[in-house]
Amino acid sequence: MQLAQLLVFLILFPLIAAFFLLLAKKDLERDWIVKLSALVIGVVSVYLLITTFDKGAMLVSVIPAEPTGLVMFILEMLIAVFILYLGITHKKWLVVGLILVQSVMMLYFEMVYAHTIHVESGLFIDEFSNIMALIIGIIGSLICVYSLGYMKFFHEHHPEMPDKRPYFFGILFLFLAAMFGLVFANNIIWVYFFWEVTTLCSFLLIGYTKTEEATNNAFNALWMNLLGGVAFAGAILYLGMFGNGVMGLSELMATGKVIALIPAALIGFAGLTKAAQLPFSSWLVGAMVAPTPVSALLHSSTMVKAGVYILVRLAPIFQTTVTGYMIAMVGAVTFLLASGIAISQSNAKRVLAYSTIANLGLIVACAGIGTYEAIWAAILLIVFHAISKSLLFLSVGTVEHRIKSREIDDMNGLIVRMPKIAAMMVIGIAGMFLLPFGMLISKWAAVRAFIDAPYGFLFVIILAFGSALTLFFWAKWMGKIIAVTSDSKNIEGEVDPREWAALVSLAGLSFITTLVFPMLSTKLLEPFLMANYGRVAQLSQDNIIIMILMLFLLMVMPLSILLPARKHRHLAPYMGGRTTTHDMRFSGSLGVQKKTVLSNYYLHDWFGETKLRTWGIWLSSGLIAVMFIATILRGVLS
Amino acid sequence: MINIVWAIIFVLVAPVIGGLVAGIDRKITAHMQGRVGPSVFQPFYDVGKLFEKENAVVNETQIFYVICYIIFIAFTGALFFSGGDLLLVVFALTLAQIFLVLGAFAANSPYSYVGAERELLQIMAYEPMVILTAVGMFVVTKSFNVADIAASATPVVLLLPGIFLGFLYTLTIKLRKSPFDISTSHHAHQEIVKGVTTEFSGPTLGLIEIAHFYETVFLLGFIYLFFGFNPLVGVIAVIVIYLLEILLDNTNARVKWQLAVKSSWMIAAIVGVINLAVLYFLAGGA
Repeated sequence: MQLAQLLVFLILFPLIAAFFLLLAKKDLERDWIVKLSALVIGVVSVYLLITTFDKGAMLVSVIPAEPTGLVMFILEMLIAVFILYLGITHKKWLVVGLILVQSVMMLYFEMVYAHTIHVESGLFIDEFSNIMALIIGIIGSLICVYSLGYMKFFHEHHPEMPDKRPYFFGILFLFLAAMFGLVFANNIIWVYFFWEVTTLCSFLLIGYTKTEEATNNAFNALWMNLLGGVAFAGAILYLGMFGNGVMGLSELMATGKVIALIPAALIGFAGLTKAAQLPFSSWLVGAMVAPTPVSALLHSSTMVKAGVYILVRLAPIFQTTVTGYMIAMVGAVTFLLASGIAISQSNAKRVLAYSTIANLGLIVACAGIGTYEAIWAAILLIVFHAISKSLLFLSVGTVEHRIKSREIDDMNGLIVRMPKIAAMMVIGIAGMFLLPFGMLISKWAAVRAFIDAPYGFLFVIILAFGSALTLFFWAKWMGKIIAVTSDSKNIEGEVDPREWAALVSLAGLSFITTLVFPMLSTKLLEPFLMANYGRVAQLSQDNIIIMILMLFLLMVMPLSILLPARKHRHLAPYMGGRTTTHDMRFSGSLGVQKKTVLSNYYLHDWFGETKLRTWGIWLSSGLIAVMFIATILRGVLS
Repeated sequence: MINIVWAIIFVLVAPVIGGLVAGIDRKITAHMQGRVGPSVFQPFYDVGKLFEKENAVVNETQIFYVICYIIFIAFTGALFFSGGDLLLVVFALTLAQIFLVLGAFAANSPYSYVGAERELLQIMAYEPMVILTAVGMFVVTKSFNVADIAASATPVVLLLPGIFLGFLYTLTIKLRKSPFDISTSHHAHQEIVKGVTTEFSGPTLGLIEIAHFYETVFLLGFIYLFFGFNPLVGVIAVIVIYLLEILLDNTNARVKWQLAVKSSWMIAAIVGVINLAVLYFLAGGA
């Protein structure tokens, strides 16, 4: 009973907070509501972990299924009408068509099949849901707190935009509620409902600024996610027709591949759209027009994580099927190409966007392969990516407000101009690709998983190339930040305390999770793998010790700055014999003083966005087509 | 599993061996060019002299990055020689290299900046092949542990001929030998103001030299892994391969970075796919 209350609390509480935020017009009220709600959500999600610890998967059957289902259905239809209205007024006929198809499918299901299906347990919780809840509850709430500072600044500096902060924060918390619902729902129809709510929320947030670009990108995101929604509705309809009354995730996993594979493929396709895999990657890149905290939320703890969540959930069904391999291949291709495209991007947020797409690709590849080792790697990737990526987005957001630019080249010498935020950014970047930190541990786990999987060598090769590309764009960005430009002034000033609190907490989290990673693995991941696969994956004790050693080494090194150091003689950098001042100014022709400007390599000829994306769209569309054909053939033959 | 004694021996002895290798390298190079060449101990004299010089810097952070670089290079080698996990070794090496690159970036000088970007291109060029080498060794010996691979009776090189050749190709990049000494070169005639090391001088440059000694020994050890089944053959192979690298170094001019990156990738992709696929299907496929 208590468990049910906890789960329902986590779903409903953000909703209530959202309601009050809609009403709160004063900054002070909003501040307190957001801070307190964030605290409550964070604490309850940790408490949930404590109460369910070591208990394995638990189904919750006390919620009356029929009335709840009816309420959800009515809300769904209201959402559909709303989207229909927006689609018509903006003349987005693709959106109109998709929402019509989807609603007709769900109406048909509701009238013909719904009464034949009864799902005993609407909600459930296991270690994986627990991990997701922690990500949503802690990182999601931190981002909301950060938004307080960011959005205040945003509206002060964009007086031309209507200040709709009550609406903005309301949607943020609605988003969190939907995500909690999504990871706790066992009933697939409920999962679908929450799925659609996240689609709606992301649409509203992307279009928040109401500029033409924002509106277009929001609709772009909408149609792609609605396409996924259509596939999802198809899965529900299929289960209604041929599923013998199966409609719960746990029941679906137990039915075996004969029945489960076709709906799993459809839901998997929906997962690919939501996780912004090629050919659907453009919506996530377009979502960059939204205020930065929105990007942080979409990329780290919500939205795209919903896509990979469902894929990882269904992974046991995909294991050793052509369907699974094709999904994995889509992920692997996305990983490789998106990492390449990231090299050619000079805008920090676009680099982050492509890096997210790439990392999600890796998670999708692991989920598609679906062995116990691959799932271990996938969940680690989800956790560590959420932390580092949110930290990076939030620090880019803070920097952006000060230097009025998102260009990486404009971040030259950030360590001098804004030492504190630059340090946060460096921690974030290091977390994404360097050794003792989580993302690299996860990639390492992925290598090992791929080697042991059938045809895994293909994936290993793609991973080897992809991580080389990853290294290039992260390292050159890091180099920009840490370049010491001695003429610059410290312009950091007072960082908004709410922004700062979020940044420091996330930076702390990236160290702590790396330290407690062995515990995370043995206490949460291993029981989950044991329950679903009967086997566990882990790193050897030696390697863990070595990595902790490295982490300490890295943490101790920067302290050397505190040591009383002998002052060394400072010389100006070498400028080919020109007379140069120490701040890199030299006399050009006609005696004009010129400033040296350094810019990164972007290698457009090799990694140009248009070229790689075009390839990627064709290749991944082909793979998805093969996936569906193979799934149907298998269904027909068996 | 991990042998601390070997780690300590590596940290203490590797600079000496690495320095001697560099000295012999210079002697042979000189003979190839019709010169007498310096004493084989010249690298030690050079480093010693660097440490006597004044430590002039563009800014203090450079020193920090270089110290991190040498510590993690030594760490990488120690991990390797103590028999640790090969993938971990590869990733630790990357971490070390990144510190050198950061040191060059930190100076905010045009020449070291170009050097840093080129160094990154080089890392990007060799990284896939090095990871595939580790994977290939795992496939044939069923272990990632250097200790197990070195002690394995499996003739690794015979099972991984493609990967071995691919590794040799990228080894030239790692040893900073022509034609792939893209980011910094020992040949004065083809250098853009010393590339990645432009802004380092005195003791700081000395540390980079010592790090390079460490790295050389580590790389020679890596070659040995292909021949671990027969120690004698292994040692001979290491010597022969290093001599070949010297020959290559003296008979080639630096190529453009585009060619270096492209060719390394092509080779890694081709030999990686073929070699691993053959092993996979020989082992019985799925």
